[in-house]
Amino acid sequence: MVNTIVSILFDGLAWAMFLFIVSIGLSVTMGLMGFVNLAHGAFAMAGGYLVLTTMSAWGVPFLAALAITFVVVGAASVLFERALYARLYGAGELDQVLMTIGLTFMAIATYTYFYGPLTHAVRIPDYLAGQITIGARSFPAYRVFLIVVGAALVAALWYGFDRTNIGAKIRASVDNRRMAQSVGIDVDLLFTITFAVGSGLAALGGGLAIQLLGLTPNFAIIYLVFFLLVVAVGGSGSIWGTLVGALVLGMADTAGKYFFSDAGTFAIYAVAVLILLFKPTGLYGRE
Amino acid sequence: MTAAALEIRNLRKNFGAIEVASGINLALPHGARHALIGPNGAGKTTLVNLITGRVRASSGQVLLDGEEITSLSQAARTRRGIARTFQVNQLFRNLTVLENIYLAIGERTGACNRLWRSAGGETAVIEEALDHLQSLALVSDACRPVRELPYGRQRLVEIAIALAQQPKLLLLDEPAAGVPSSESHLILDVISQLDPNITVLIIEHDMDVVFRFAKRITVLAAGAVLTEGTPDEISADPRVRAIYLGEKREAPRG
Amino acid sequence: MDANKSLPSSAGGEIAVERARGAGLLVRRDRFRPAEALPWLAALAAFFIFPNQMVLGNQTLIMILFALSLDLILGYAGIVTLGHAAFFGLGAYGAALLITDFGWSEPISGLVCGALVAAIAGFLSGWLLLRYRGLAFLVLTLSTTIMLQQSGNLFRDFTGGYDGIPGVNIAPLFGHFDYDIYGHTYYLYCLGVLLIVFYCMRRIVYSPFGRALVGIRENIDRMNALGSPVHWRLVVAYTISAAVAGIAGALFAQTNAFVTLGVFDFDQSAAVLVMLILGGAGWLYGAFIGAALYMVLQNELAKASPAFWQFGIGLLLIGVVLFVRRGTLPRMLNVSRLLRWRTQP
Repeated sequence: MVNTIVSILFDGLAWAMFLFIVSIGLSVTMGLMGFVNLAHGAFAMAGGYLVLTTMSAWGVPFLAALAITFVVVGAASVLFERALYARLYGAGELDQVLMTIGLTFMAIATYTYFYGPLTHAVRIPDYLAGQITIGARSFPAYRVFLIVVGAALVAALWYGFDRTNIGAKIRASVDNRRMAQSVGIDVDLLFTITFAVGSGLAALGGGLAIQLLGLTPNFAIIYLVFFLLVVAVGGSGSIWGTLVGALVLGMADTAGKYFFSDAGTFAIYAVAVLILLFKPTGLYGRE
Repeated sequence: MTAAALEIRNLRKNFGAIEVASGINLALPHGARHALIGPNGAGKTTLVNLITGRVRASSGQVLLDGEEITSLSQAARTRRGIARTFQVNQLFRNLTVLENIYLAIGERTGACNRLWRSAGGETAVIEEALDHLQSLALVSDACRPVRELPYGRQRLVEIAIALAQQPKLLLLDEPAAGVPSSESHLILDVISQLDPNITVLIIEHDMDVVFRFAKRITVLAAGAVLTEGTPDEISADPRVRAIYLGEKREAPRG
Repeated sequence: MDANKSLPSSAGGEIAVERARGAGLLVRRDRFRPAEALPWLAALAAFFIFPNQMVLGNQTLIMILFALSLDLILGYAGIVTLGHAAFFGLGAYGAALLITDFGWSEPISGLVCGALVAAIAGFLSGWLLLRYRGLAFLVLTLSTTIMLQQSGNLFRDFTGGYDGIPGVNIAPLFGHFDYDIYGHTYYLYCLGVLLIVFYCMRRIVYSPFGRALVGIRENIDRMNALGSPVHWRLVVAYTISAAVAGIAGALFAQTNAFVTLGVFDFDQSAAVLVMLILGGAGWLYGAFIGAALYMVLQNELAKASPAFWQFGIGLLLIGVVLFVRRGTLPRMLNVSRLLRWRTQP
C-alpha cells in the first residue's frame, strides 16, 4: 500500500511539474493582460519539435537542446505577440479565443506537413535513462530529472517575482494594470517580456514532455485542456496558484488512473469542475 | 407615520481592510430632492451601488418604503422600484435609442418574457417608449444607434432609460458629468421637470446644479456622513468648505 | 428639416412622423424579407442540380442546424462555450438508443427524444454553469463535455464506446417515404426539419425575449440594473439552444445510421464555432453561409491535403477576427460596410 502511495506521489509530482512548467506562462499572460491564449499548447509543441530537430539534425545534446528551445521559441513568440496578439488586447474573449484557435490550427497543420502525424521520440542521454535508487525504492531517472527541473524553476520564478524589480512590476501590473500604468510602468513592454518567457517555458516543457508523453502535432490541442485546467483551478496570474493547481490536478489525475484505471481519466476533470464551482477565480485567484 | 421612501441604517462596506462606507444613515421622504456631495473618493458612487444592490453591504440595512431590501439582488431591487443612472453611460451602444428604451419598458412590464410574439408587435411598449423619447426631445434620434449620438444626448438617453423604468426612487450619478456646457441645459431641464412623486437622490459636483435642484444635501467624506442639511446650512458650514478647499490641494485623483 | 426641441407643438406633425418612423423600423425588421427565401431556394436547387452530392448536402444541412443552435447562445446572448458538442452528442445518442434499445424507429419520435435529452442536459448544466463567466465558464463547459464523452466510454455496453452503435435505421418517414442509398429522402427530411426549426428560431430572436438576449450580450450590467432576470433568460436560451443542437445530433444519427462517441469531440465544438464565425454570428443566416462554406470547402480541400485545409481554416479564422470582426482594414473598402450591416441583429 505504502509503495502504491509513493508511486502515486512520485508520478503525480512529475506530471505536476510538467504541467507547471508549461502552464506558468499561460497563467501570467492571463493574469497580466486577461488574454485567453489557446495557442499556448502550440508553443509547447513547437518547442518539442525544435528539441527533436536540433538533436537529430545537428547532434546537439539534450540539455543544450532544451536551453536552445527556451531561448529560440521565446524570442520567436515576440514576433507573434507584436504582430497578432497586440491587436487584440482589450478585445472580447471570443475574439481572443478565435484568433488563438486559428493560430493553433495553422501551427498543427504546419508541423503535420513537415513532420508527419506520427509520434516522435527523443533519445535522452544515458544518465537520464534508467533508474535512480532513493532509499528503498528505485525511480525512473527521467522523472526525477523532471521534478528537479520543475523545482528549480519554481525557485527561480519565485525569486524573480518576489525579489527582483521586474518581478515587483509584474505583480503590480497583475494586481491593478491601470494603476501600474499611471505610476509609469510600461505594461506593454512588461507583457512582451512575460509573454516571451512564458512561451519559452512552454517550449521547454514541450521538450521535456517528449520522453514523457510522445510528440505529435496534436499535442498542441490535446494537452491544452490540461494547461487551461491548471490555470483556471490555480488562479491566473499567481505562481503559487499555478503550482498548487498543477499539484492538485497532477495528483488527482495520477491517483485516479492508479485506482480506477478506466474511470480514472475522469478524475482530473471532476476535481477541476468541483473546485471551479466553488472558487470560480481559482484557488489563488482574485475576485 | 408613513415610512420614508428610502432609509439607510448604519450601512457599512469593507473591501478587505479598507472601509469604504462607515455607518451611513440617511432617510429620504417621498418626493425628496436630495443631493449627495463630497470630494472624490468619498464613497458617493459606492453608496449608490449599495442602495441599488450592485454591491452587497457588509452590514447595515437598506429599506425601501419601510420594506427591507438589504438581502435582495440588484435585479430584485430594481423590480421594487429603484432606477439609477451611471456616472459613465451604461447604454446599449450598438442598439438604437428606441430599442434602449424598449428594453427598459419590456423588462418592467414583463414583455421580455415572451418568446413567440414579435418585438415589433408590442405596440404598447413601443408607444410608451416613443412617449418617453418625445418628452426628452429624442424622437428624431429614435432610429439611430446610441453610439452615433453626441455625448450630451447619450446622457439624455441614460436618463430616459431610468425614467422608463417608472421608478419610485431615482438615483442619478453625476448626470451632467462629461456633458459639454453647450448641452448641459438639456440635462438640467429634465432634472428640474421630474415627476414630483418620484424620490430623487442626485450625486453632483456642480454646486450650481446642487443648489438649484436640492432641498436637502448630505455631505459625504471618507465613506462617512459629514453633515446633512438645507442648502443654506451646508453652504455656511465651515467644515464643508474645508473639505472642498482641501480637495484642491489633494494628490492626483484615483 | 430640423425637429428642433425648442419649437412648440407646431412641430407636432413632424413629431408624429418621426414616431411612426421609429415604430415602423422595429415592426418592419421582424417581417420576412424576400431575400430570406434565398437559402431555401439554394437548398432546393442543390437537390436538383447536384443529385450525387446528397450525402454532403445532408451533412451540410445538419451542420447548419447545429450552427443555428450555437448562434442563439453565442451570437445573440453572447455566451462563449467550447462544449456545445455535448448537446449534439446527447441528441444523437437519444435518437439512436430509441431505435436500438427500445425498438421504436419512427423518425420524428427520434428527433423529439434527442431534443428532450439534450434539453434536459442543457437546462441542468445551464442552470448550474451560467452563473460563471470567462475562463471558468470556458473550462467548465469544456470539462463537462469531456466527462460526458468519457462516461460514454465507461458505459460502453450501453453506448457502444468509441466503436459506436450501428444499425440506427429509421422507419420510412410518415410511414410512406423510404430512404434510398443516395440520400434523397434524407435530404428532404433534413431540409424540412431545418425549415421548421429555423422558423421557430427566427420568431424567438425577433421576440421581446430575443431582444432581451441581445441586451444581455451588449451590456449585462445595464440589464441587471433594469431588473432583468438575466440568469433565467440565459438558462432558457441555453436550453433551447441545447434542444436544437440535440435535433441536429438526432438527424446525424438517423441519416448516418450509426453513432459513435466521436460526436462529443472537441473538434465538433470547435468546427461549429468556426462555421458560425465564418458566416457571422448574431444574424441566423451566418449559420447557413458559414456551414455551407465550411462543408463544401472541407469536402474539396481536405481530401487533397488535410494539412492545407487545417492551415487554411486557421488563417481564415485569424483573418475574420482581425479584419471583419475588429474592422482592422480601413473603411475605404465598401466590403467592410456591407459586412458590418451583417453584424447588426
